[in-house]
Amino acid sequence: MTSVAPFLVFFIGALFVALSRGTLRSVLLLAIPLAGAFNLLQFDPGSYGTLSLLGHTLTLVRVDKLSLLFGYLFHLAAFLAIIFSLHVRDPIQQVSGVIYAGSALGAVFAGDMITLFVFWELLAVSSVFLILARRTQRSQAAALRYLIIQVLSGVMLLAGVLIIAHRTGSIAFEFIGLGSLGSWLIFLAFGIKCCFPLLHNWATDAYPEATPTGTVFLSAFTTKVAVYALARAFPGTELLVYIGATMAMFPIFFAVIENDLRRVLAYSMINQIGFMVVGVGLGTALAMNGAVAHAFNDVIFKSLLFMSMGAVLYKTGEMNGSALGGLYKSMPITTGLCIVGAASISAFPLFSGFVSKSMVMVAVLEEGHPIVWLALLFASAGVFHHAGIKIPFFAFFAHDSGIRTGEPPRNMLIAMGIAAVICVFNGSYPWLLYSLLPFPVDYEPYTAAHVLTQSQLLFFSALAFCWLKLSGLYPPELPGVNIDAEWIYRKIAPAAIQRLGGALGTLRQGVMFRAQTRLERFISHIYRHHGPDGIMARTWPTGSTVLWVAVLLGAYLLIYFL
Amino acid sequence: MIAAHLPVLQIVVPLIAAPICLLLRRGSLAWGLSLAVSLAVLVIAANLLTQVLESGPISYQLGGWAPPWGIEYRIDVLNSFVLLIVAAIGAVVLAYARRSVAQELPESQQSGFYTALLLCLAGLLGVTVTGDAFNLFVFLEISSLSSYVLISMGRDRRALTAAFQYLVMGTIGATFIVIGIGLLYMATGTLNMADLGARLPAAGASRTVLAAFAFLTVGATLKLALFPLHFWLPNAYAYAPSAVTAFLAATATKVSIYILLRFFYTIFGPAFAAADITLQSLLIPLATVAVLVCSTVAIFQNNVKRMLAYSSIAQIGYMMIGIGFGTATGLTAGIVHLFNHALTKGGLFLVLGCVVLRAGSCRLDDLAGLGRRMPLTMFGFVLGGLSLIGVPLTAGFVSKWYLVQAAIEQGNWLVAAAILAGSLLALIYVWRVVEAAYLRPAPENAPEAAEAPWSMLIPAWILIGASVYFGVETSLSVGVASEAARFLLGGAG
Repeated sequence: MTSVAPFLVFFIGALFVALSRGTLRSVLLLAIPLAGAFNLLQFDPGSYGTLSLLGHTLTLVRVDKLSLLFGYLFHLAAFLAIIFSLHVRDPIQQVSGVIYAGSALGAVFAGDMITLFVFWELLAVSSVFLILARRTQRSQAAALRYLIIQVLSGVMLLAGVLIIAHRTGSIAFEFIGLGSLGSWLIFLAFGIKCCFPLLHNWATDAYPEATPTGTVFLSAFTTKVAVYALARAFPGTELLVYIGATMAMFPIFFAVIENDLRRVLAYSMINQIGFMVVGVGLGTALAMNGAVAHAFNDVIFKSLLFMSMGAVLYKTGEMNGSALGGLYKSMPITTGLCIVGAASISAFPLFSGFVSKSMVMVAVLEEGHPIVWLALLFASAGVFHHAGIKIPFFAFFAHDSGIRTGEPPRNMLIAMGIAAVICVFNGSYPWLLYSLLPFPVDYEPYTAAHVLTQSQLLFFSALAFCWLKLSGLYPPELPGVNIDAEWIYRKIAPAAIQRLGGALGTLRQGVMFRAQTRLERFISHIYRHHGPDGIMARTWPTGSTVLWVAVLLGAYLLIYFL
Repeated sequence: MIAAHLPVLQIVVPLIAAPICLLLRRGSLAWGLSLAVSLAVLVIAANLLTQVLESGPISYQLGGWAPPWGIEYRIDVLNSFVLLIVAAIGAVVLAYARRSVAQELPESQQSGFYTALLLCLAGLLGVTVTGDAFNLFVFLEISSLSSYVLISMGRDRRALTAAFQYLVMGTIGATFIVIGIGLLYMATGTLNMADLGARLPAAGASRTVLAAFAFLTVGATLKLALFPLHFWLPNAYAYAPSAVTAFLAATATKVSIYILLRFFYTIFGPAFAAADITLQSLLIPLATVAVLVCSTVAIFQNNVKRMLAYSSIAQIGYMMIGIGFGTATGLTAGIVHLFNHALTKGGLFLVLGCVVLRAGSCRLDDLAGLGRRMPLTMFGFVLGGLSLIGVPLTAGFVSKWYLVQAAIEQGNWLVAAAILAGSLLALIYVWRVVEAAYLRPAPENAPEAAEAPWSMLIPAWILIGASVYFGVETSLSVGVASEAARFLLGGAG
């Protein structure tokens, strides 16, 4: 067999992309994922590319059903993102995007924790350029915050790996499970990249600041690598069920009050990852299959949504829901494709979200977690509201903002088109996807019960939205319409919901403000002592340094003599 | 015939070449001679290392006088490794120096500069190679005095005060060392290090010996700039000529660390040093504070040279943490980091020298937009910076890996956390430079900066390349360092 490690195709490809120009560069860019996919098809399950370093044996490539599925997925996602960004004339974005995708492949095929760590850090370093490439003041600040958090995750991972390697002598990337300090560090390191609640802010902070095409790359890889890592190392950890349920719930409130549509999508990404985390936490065959299948579908439909918003941003330069609207007249194709993405994320029957999300939901019930099931049901309704309705509605319909533009470049439309086809295909014919899942599947998505439950949920949500819209209870200026809460608590007055949204906003602002002033005070405190004129950095007169010498000598003598 | 005299040739060649340099008067001639000498020294050092690795320690008797009375040059795994570092850095810096020195110094001073640099090199090599405690002091003075001269040659007038402060502090350090040696002589009646090591156990832990230990420790930690005795270092590094900064940063402090190791392990013996828990409880906290405080100070510096100087103090903290643990892993980590950091920091200061040559200064504001105008130079800085942070596949990662392992072995979580926190702080100060060079536009009135000349870029890239190379291929650095650590622990035990 003459195949090479999957990440190598991308890394070498990135080198050639960096050295080429014009049409050749575009051809090379497209060839990379295709060559990579061809290379990947040659692999049989097993471990390849072992080398020994620092007294441990590293396994560069470990192929089994789980890593293969993510491998296919990342090739597909990279292909879509590359097509979508083909018109960009910015080598930094293109090269770093390819390296970033390659690092993600390196991480999912890593057979040991040290290899994983190396790619884990490469993911952080390569992706930050996709944010920097926006070249605005805000994006640079966000990029630095992003980088620090991502590197912190890497440092925690390394620390955890070291501790475990020291205790057990093993660096295998296998089931770890919670227990020792080392495993907790690794768990948190994964959690940061996976957007666990309170550790998630980097995503909602950085994704909206990246370039229109960069966010498509970003949304596909980092978090899914983390889901993969959790599925590998912590399946069946009950804590994950509750963490996942929280992740599915809390972003809904923020997504509702958020105006920047790409930030809304970032929140909805966390919400979708919540479903996967719940699946991993349950750890049964059905749940794991559901989690992995949902990761697959999520990458595609979330890419589609980020692409459609990227297209809007690219054409209008505007991303706030309040400033957009009425674009369906000038961008009808984009509108249609965005609605396919919205239908998929909302899990309409015949769209891809439906066939995977319901697996997790059924597994939750089977394992006897009715409250978690209710939480996920609520989250599903919430998704339909903020991603399924809010995104297309505020961007393409709502009140006419007066913006007149045209369809985005053809490569963007093609990328979105392919993604939309995959969404519909996976939704209508899920068995190909099912056959790739790590465990055998005996799950039938299109039973009357599943279809009815989901349709009811969606139908009532939509009905509520329409009724509120027609009765004029929701003025179009409102940044958000909280239908999910409405569907469950029909009696709660819209004003209360609005206040809830407002209160959450104020609360968040208050917390952010306080944290910021704390941080500023802390930094100025450090600066006072460590800054150029601080006591630690001043040029001291020779006399006082000599005094220090005397003090130290005295201290040593005292200690030795005692 | 000559092969037998290599240990002394190592010192004699630069020592004799130095006055000839002064007589040559022409800067370029002096440069040519000193480059040739430094290359010869490098060849000798490499030769000695292979000899030692093959057939064990070499003992050379100066003038044929037998060891306890005559002066002995004794070369084992540890100091042949340090010799190689010093000689290699010396050769690279001298290859680099011509253009940089020609710009920063007037023609009349150049031959003097090369004289002082050769003397400093001879002194450092002498300190490393000698097996006689008093001889060590003599060579230490040779290297120190010439380094004061070198620093005072900096263009900035503050170089004079910096050199003066270094002179006062350095002299105090050297005096402490000689007092310590004198006390040891009082207790044992010998100056040969191996002999001292053999006789000290008999002398017991008398007050004289303890006082000697204290004086030696303080003297050595002053010379190697361990927090809080580091205040002479930032100014000296910041205002010295670029080539001198690179040379001193990569060699002088490293040799001082070697002195400390030598005193601790060969003279006092690992039993004495390791049994002395208080030593650990003083050195490790100071080293940890050095890592955290000086990394933080580095973040706020506006002069990149000064920033790297503070980072050096922090990195010395890392080495001292490893040495302070006193275990095989700890010593290996300390010695590996000594090697890796010499390459990394030497390379970084050489790169900065290129910046000074073209941009005229190395204030952070003057670096704005340099990434486009000097792509090779600034990319070198990025790679060196990555090694400083300890990113995988760079030399810095290897040292930190062993250091963290040593800390975990001891169950010292606080120190392990401090090491990792230090990496994060390093990320911030390296980032500030990267941000200025790549993301900020060049100021309107910036001088037209072109890429640095190849004669400077190639030496700088040799060191930067080495700091990446030794991140992947560790058999030389880690292999020799762990052998040296084993030797130190087992040699006198």
